[in-house]
Amino acid sequence: MAEAAAVVAESLAGGRARAARTVLDQVVLPGEELLLPEQEDADGPGGAGERPLRLNAGARARVRVVCGPGLRRCGDRLLVTKCGRLRHKEPGGGSGGGVYWVDSQQKRYVPVKGDHVIGIVTAKSGDIFKVDVGGSEPASLSYLAFEGATKRNRPNVQVGDLIYGQFVVANKDMEPEMVCIDSCGRANGMGVIGQDGLLFKVTLGLIRKLLAPDCEILQEVGKLYPLEIVFGMNGRIWVKAKTIQQTLILANILEACEHMTADQRKQIFSRLAES
Amino acid sequence: MEGVMRSDAKICGESGTESSPRGLGCSLRHFACEQNLLSRPDGSASFLQGVAEKSREWLIRNTCEAVVLGTLHPRTSITVVLQVISDAGSLLACCLNAACMALVDAGVPMRALFCGVTCALDSDGTLMLDPTAKQEKEARAVLTFALDSVERKLLMSTTKGLYSDAELQQCLAAAQAASQHVFRFYRESLQRRYSKS
Repeated sequence: MAEAAAVVAESLAGGRARAARTVLDQVVLPGEELLLPEQEDADGPGGAGERPLRLNAGARARVRVVCGPGLRRCGDRLLVTKCGRLRHKEPGGGSGGGVYWVDSQQKRYVPVKGDHVIGIVTAKSGDIFKVDVGGSEPASLSYLAFEGATKRNRPNVQVGDLIYGQFVVANKDMEPEMVCIDSCGRANGMGVIGQDGLLFKVTLGLIRKLLAPDCEILQEVGKLYPLEIVFGMNGRIWVKAKTIQQTLILANILEACEHMTADQRKQIFSRLAES
Repeated sequence: MEGVMRSDAKICGESGTESSPRGLGCSLRHFACEQNLLSRPDGSASFLQGVAEKSREWLIRNTCEAVVLGTLHPRTSITVVLQVISDAGSLLACCLNAACMALVDAGVPMRALFCGVTCALDSDGTLMLDPTAKQEKEARAVLTFALDSVERKLLMSTTKGLYSDAELQQCLAAAQAASQHVFRFYRESLQRRYSKS
């Protein structure tokens, strides 16, 4: 058994808590423990002995740290629960704290309040539609949650239609609920997505990447062909160009973007622009 | 959470030959069959013969349940489907590793990673890690452990054959040492996956 004990003591790289600062933008695995900057001072090498004496050691300024997706708090320990790259965002004012989260490439979607998603109508039952959004259960959508809809004037929604909408209720204990109007009652781009076009699924990470404000992919794609495109945060993309061929090319480009570096993308786009 | 295990025809053939000396009389093992269980294909069936597959299913299920943070997803089912493409021994350990990587890929929140390690003890007591199908068949005892990545603690163990207490401890220690390599492999393979993002 002595052998076993030795193995346990000699843990793998990352088995011991690492400082969150040093693993930023690196891959973290479930079960890893991270140390926040203020914990580093106390637990870091050197220990208390080498630190200069502070008069107000007890009253250290408390920093606000927010745990995003993929992280959880257990007492004062910060644990990783998902695989992905660790990201950090500094708070607006001052240093320290901020938001930490794990950026993963998963395909599994969990509804989040306020997310804009593409759903497929799977059933009509009385006053509500059931919409498949790729989550663990279908979302409900009231027939009154469309622009200009009244009890008399029902929206024209059929089973199988694509819906672009927003979550107003999404939590783990309740059925998610969608609407196709904003808080002012306007459609604002939401509603039933028109005929034709192509719907395909990508990872959630790619959607976030494409919708990032500094992402050049969309501008480049827009230069190639005139197109209509809808991104759902649930990993679904609907795209429509003038011809079926162009639609397929666009879908393939967007799918391939995930596994390319910025330089490779530049090459592909310049080659496509020539042809 | 459901653990569905399907074996292809080849595996069924093997286990069939294995059981033939036992079934000298007319004793067939427990049968179970489920039809039309997949929604997408035109037809599908799962067939079960004997309890080995079902018990493996439970071993995998219990191991997964031990590390998955299920409280974060109430009213949600997680289905793990394992399809055996080829079997070169240490099947259960391989299934455990596959299940772990699939859960990581799906982004299911977990307390820790886990891995499966199989040890075999032959007639003169030598220990073999990750035995082949032939070694498994000739072995005096086959022990499979599931270990977690944080504390290297035992999550599940299943054994077959005769062994002493000291041998069990010896196998467990060897499995713990081997798990380090598996976890290192997990990390490398996931780092490769995230290298272009």
